[in-house]
Amino acid sequence: MTFNTKDFLVNKTLWQETVPGGNHWSGLMRRGSALRFTDLQGGANVSMLLYNIEDKLERYNMPDTLKAQHTAFLSTGNVCYSDMGRVMCSIINDTVGWHDTMCGLSDAALIEQKYGVSNYQAQRNAMYRNAKDGLLIELAKHGLGKRDLVANINLFSKVSANNEGRLVFNGGNSQAGDMVDIRFDMNVLVVLSTAPHALDTKVIYQPADVLLTAWHAGLADTDDVCRKACEQNQRGFINTERFYAN
Amino acid sequence: MLIESKFHIEQAALSETCMAGEAWTGLVKKGQTFRILDLKGNQAVDTLFYNAHDAEERYSAADTIQRQGQIYLTNGSVLYSSEGNPMLTITADTCGRHDTLGGACAAESNTVRYDLAKRSMHSCRDSFMHALNHSEHVHDRSMTKRDITANINFFMNVPVTPDGGLSFADGISAPGKYVEMRAEMDVLVLISNCPQLNNPCNAYDPTPIQLLVWD
Repeated sequence: MTFNTKDFLVNKTLWQETVPGGNHWSGLMRRGSALRFTDLQGGANVSMLLYNIEDKLERYNMPDTLKAQHTAFLSTGNVCYSDMGRVMCSIINDTVGWHDTMCGLSDAALIEQKYGVSNYQAQRNAMYRNAKDGLLIELAKHGLGKRDLVANINLFSKVSANNEGRLVFNGGNSQAGDMVDIRFDMNVLVVLSTAPHALDTKVIYQPADVLLTAWHAGLADTDDVCRKACEQNQRGFINTERFYAN
Repeated sequence: MLIESKFHIEQAALSETCMAGEAWTGLVKKGQTFRILDLKGNQAVDTLFYNAHDAEERYSAADTIQRQGQIYLTNGSVLYSSEGNPMLTITADTCGRHDTLGGACAAESNTVRYDLAKRSMHSCRDSFMHALNHSEHVHDRSMTKRDITANINFFMNVPVTPDGGLSFADGISAPGKYVEMRAEMDVLVLISNCPQLNNPCNAYDPTPIQLLVWD
């Protein structure tokens, strides 16, 4: 897979922002825009959830995403489905190769157990943040809360299962400079945290920074890598297009 | 490992049958044992659990998978809540493997998976929505679609390969197989006895299940 979106980026970049490791972010990505996530130091993790901004009851659905595409992980050609059978966003390019869908979020108890006690009073913005509280803070800004916290995506992280279903965290899955390009096919509220993956085996708290680059990608054409990936995705894009038919 | 129960059906405090394509709700108190019995075999049972006193705390597939480092459920598995608390522990299992990733079928996902024209076929999501309207247990808690999340599929076989492939395979359950769990907190149980006809999760013939509770 070549990075054919690279030249596109130069001319159509909308904005850039670095999310420091451990921090949290949310924003509205409009249909036809895209985000490039770049792992700046290697070993990054982005815990992410997606909501339809017009009806936040419609949200990213892990099981529907996995079973439609017969995959337990995400990479180029995969899309993220909402619970309403629509394509919310598409992975149009990816140098990483595996993004985790199964393992959920780090929380305060886990981060303290793994990395020790930390607070703002002592450490200021170097304090050890966790993914669950980061997402809940961002969700609260949009009137959402714990009931809206569902199984999430962990960009850049790889956790595979052996034949008995036992999980293995694959350290080194993402290197400095690795990137994944996600096009938004709906008007999507993106909520994310760059705190460490819950199963990360590193013994010090040092989550990588992630650069967000937004650009105008346009809508999925008939030849789109994600639309063509399987017949299920073709139907998913039809459902999305019907939602915006006017 | 398959482990049989020490409980006898005739001594159950509760015993109810749920037909395929219908929802079932019930309360199981801390310390009680809850059994789902696959009466005719290969029947997917889409199941959600909530803290009976605060439905905002609910079964979490991601917490359960993460905290055990394991994607399948069987004897000894702990079902964790969204707050990281043990909700139930599987104490007997004569089937051997239950799914955490396949979720519930829905009219909307059926249009993606099978055909746009399949929207009208009955689905677990519709059964859950029906329960939101009609079950007093659910109604009393003001629950909505926000509270419907990734469920357990008891008796369903969704193997994941080491290279990340995922499929809905033929079931490994059989008539009379069951799974039994001890409640670690008071829980509300919400079940859709799956009506799916488009894949082998119910052997293309959805059948009744029995729900039992022992003190």
